[in-house]
Amino acid sequence: MATKPTPRVRVPTQAKPGELIEIKTLISHEMESGQRKDAAGKVVPRKIINKFTAAFNGKTVFEADWNPAISANPYQSFFYKAAESGEFTFTWKDDDGSDYVATNKLTVA
Amino acid sequence: MILKSVEKTRRETLAMAAIAGLAAILAPRLSLADEQAVAAEIKKLYGDKKFESGKIKLDVPEIAENGLVVPVNVDIESPMTDADYVKSVHVFAEGNPLPAVVSYRFTPACGKASASTRMRLAETQNIVCIAEMSNGKLHMAKANVKVTIGGCGG
Repeated sequence: MATKPTPRVRVPTQAKPGELIEIKTLISHEMESGQRKDAAGKVVPRKIINKFTAAFNGKTVFEADWNPAISANPYQSFFYKAAESGEFTFTWKDDDGSDYVATNKLTVA
Repeated sequence: MILKSVEKTRRETLAMAAIAGLAAILAPRLSLADEQAVAAEIKKLYGDKKFESGKIKLDVPEIAENGLVVPVNVDIESPMTDADYVKSVHVFAEGNPLPAVVSYRFTPACGKASASTRMRLAETQNIVCIAEMSNGKLHMAKANVKVTIGGCGG
């Protein structure tokens, strides 16, 4: 990996109580599937982000298990029903054990 | 009379041989093995439980020009309350070397059981989506995607 994966998240900063908001996330990662062969004919080892978790105020609201069939620079969008003000924590788990984390504040009024 | 019946069996045998030959040619094209791989994965998760149709809106393009990036959107009809919500959703690709694509776990806090991502597809194939409801009911949907350029580094 040439550069460290950088997550990008789009969440509205404000929402009305009960409002349905869409959360869009993107992270730069090559998602090496473990199916490809290099020029020498050797299989390139698998290295993907295998899990994406979204939590609000520490409580998990959405999880996605990614397999090698997920495209490079994985995109994930989902919905959340705004109830109270707080903070989102988005975590991407890499095969190599590292975690990439992003946080976003949401004000509900 | 006897001669005639012999003739008939010979003709039947020939016809049978022809059908067998045709089946042998066609079989690999149907990619039955991969369909079975998906069925095996589903069996691992849910055993022999029955699937109902409906409730799932599986949104994939009819024709994908680039198999490396194929958008896939699932939308499951559910009130998403604590009593009745979508627990998990699994997406499989029948023609990929590894059939599993993505598994989602929803909670009532999502408000809507809908999620989008992008996947790789090796070839033209069927996409299978299964949804597990909080009451244990299972739903299944299928969609075909025609892939112009495959997405497995080949």
